[in-house]
Amino acid sequence: MTDLIQLLVAGLATGAIYALVAVGFTLLWQTSQTINFAQGEFVMVPAFFVLAAMKFGGLSFPVAILVGIAASVLILGAVFKRLLVDPMIRHGVLPLVISTIALALFLKEGVKEFYGAEAQSFPALWTTTHVTIAGAVVSLQNLVIIGVAVVTIAVLQWFLGRTRTGRCMQATAQNPALARILGIRVERMILYTFLINAALVALASLLISPIYLAKFSNGETLGIVAFIAAIVGGFNQVRGAIVGGLLLGVIDNLVAAYLSTQYRGAIPLFLLIAVILFRPQGLLGRAEERSV
Amino acid sequence: MSALGNSVRGIVAVAACAVLIAAPFGLKPYGIYLLSMWAVMTIAAIGLNLTLGYAGQISLAQASFVGIGAYTAAILTTHGWPFAAAFFLAAALCLAVGWLLGYPALRVQHHYLAFVTLAFTTLVFLVLRNEEWLTKGIYGISNIPRPAVFGWSTQAPRDFYFFCLGVLAVVSFAMWRLVRSPWGRAFMALRENPMRASSLGVDTRRYTLMAFAIGSSLGGLAGALYAPLVQFIEPTAFALGLSLNLLLMVIVGGSGFFFGPFLGALVSVLLPEWLRFTEGFYLIIYAAMVMVLMVYCPAGLLGLAERLLKPAAEDRSVLTQSDKDPGA
Repeated sequence: MTDLIQLLVAGLATGAIYALVAVGFTLLWQTSQTINFAQGEFVMVPAFFVLAAMKFGGLSFPVAILVGIAASVLILGAVFKRLLVDPMIRHGVLPLVISTIALALFLKEGVKEFYGAEAQSFPALWTTTHVTIAGAVVSLQNLVIIGVAVVTIAVLQWFLGRTRTGRCMQATAQNPALARILGIRVERMILYTFLINAALVALASLLISPIYLAKFSNGETLGIVAFIAAIVGGFNQVRGAIVGGLLLGVIDNLVAAYLSTQYRGAIPLFLLIAVILFRPQGLLGRAEERSV
Repeated sequence: MSALGNSVRGIVAVAACAVLIAAPFGLKPYGIYLLSMWAVMTIAAIGLNLTLGYAGQISLAQASFVGIGAYTAAILTTHGWPFAAAFFLAAALCLAVGWLLGYPALRVQHHYLAFVTLAFTTLVFLVLRNEEWLTKGIYGISNIPRPAVFGWSTQAPRDFYFFCLGVLAVVSFAMWRLVRSPWGRAFMALRENPMRASSLGVDTRRYTLMAFAIGSSLGGLAGALYAPLVQFIEPTAFALGLSLNLLLMVIVGGSGFFFGPFLGALVSVLLPEWLRFTEGFYLIIYAAMVMVLMVYCPAGLLGLAERLLKPAAEDRSVLTQSDKDPGA
């Protein structure tokens, strides 16, 4: 029982990080039909922004974090949209998919060449002590991760549902043509989703890098997990991405502990195939509807 | 099609054939190996082009079919089976697996299909890595023999290259006939306008499935050639990276163009060699080039060539519509 609690907490912590990544992925799809195959690399890169700021800029860790987040929002948000998505979006979905695949390769190889191929240790945001809850030893770091993710997603939900800008973004996602007629600056709303996505992946990067270390190839698995979480939960719902992310994190930890470490990676894939075949709109999604 | 376009195409095709036949006599073994690799990858890319370029379905499963084909050939030939049997069995197995995967997977389309096929590729990789009793896991299978074809031993690199080239020629001819048959026209109708195709009585699902299965079996054929070419196979060669690479080949060459895969595979196989002086930067440059190409010409290199040839063709053809391309 205590084992189970420990596994559940660890699973929820990883799942919370997956959820952040999947939410960003869903947002991009909602407002601009961008399927970002580089999303995993987007999570890998911010950690290196922080490390580079510390190593080459001689900054302290907290300052480097701010620099890293700012660089992510600028490069992975604004520059990504301007240089790659904007010129491509009129060509339809496929060329953009191909370019994000190329972008993933570009980022991965870039980090490998310019920073290093070895896994880099990354300072933890919180001390790695343990607390005991109902007899189970739980890492404080995991609780912090869950807390940060919950707060982030709550703020995001509040922003999308309660503020004027957030509602304009919803309108853009649901019906861009109508939103434009109503005077919403559709282009700007789409830019906002890219910036939000960049901030979310930067946050995920800061949370996950102390656990899995920062390595150029980290994006491969993270990207796939984000897709799966988004699809399993429901591609057209932020709620769905959260549920999908948490579910995957928990399942991953339980499978590794109780079933098979060799086929640990296969379970989410089976889940993905099953969901796509039997419930393509996702567990929480509704068919033919878009909202953020 | 204009007379000029056709004659340009004819000249290029004849010249390309002459180069392919003459090239191995002036090359070192490594150059011949690269050309053979080009032929093998082209076959796999032709298969993917049928799925993607003609039937319009994004598949990321092609690497797994190359893998299944390669492992089928490697396991059977190292156990003393004749190559011909292994070769056709690899193609048949991939046709069957492609059909079985496509049957449920093609219920969904576009990016969903991309994800299902992506998942399939990763699953096949896990099986290849974990089922050591069959595939020897991460240690891979080595000493894969090269075949003797009707008494002609293809042990030497040049002989094996001509064998690959021969298979490529047969595959190309078959594909040429296929895309011009009623089947091929149905495939293209699916890509251009599935709803209209369906209203004209094309059984869209059946034809998409057929394109997918045939494309998969070509992946298997390529794998069955890949194993004796490299003579050592291990699971990571058939992971997602190869699927993405094959996808890039088809797109870079020009998806939906008959010769797109030939050109795309050439770029993908030779570019690393040409860019060798850049050392580790090769993939960065390649990725940047793909992004630039997608921004300026999503139809790929052949699309770019067609766009450049078009003004010249228009002068000679009265019937050509004068739709001015704003990008040209």
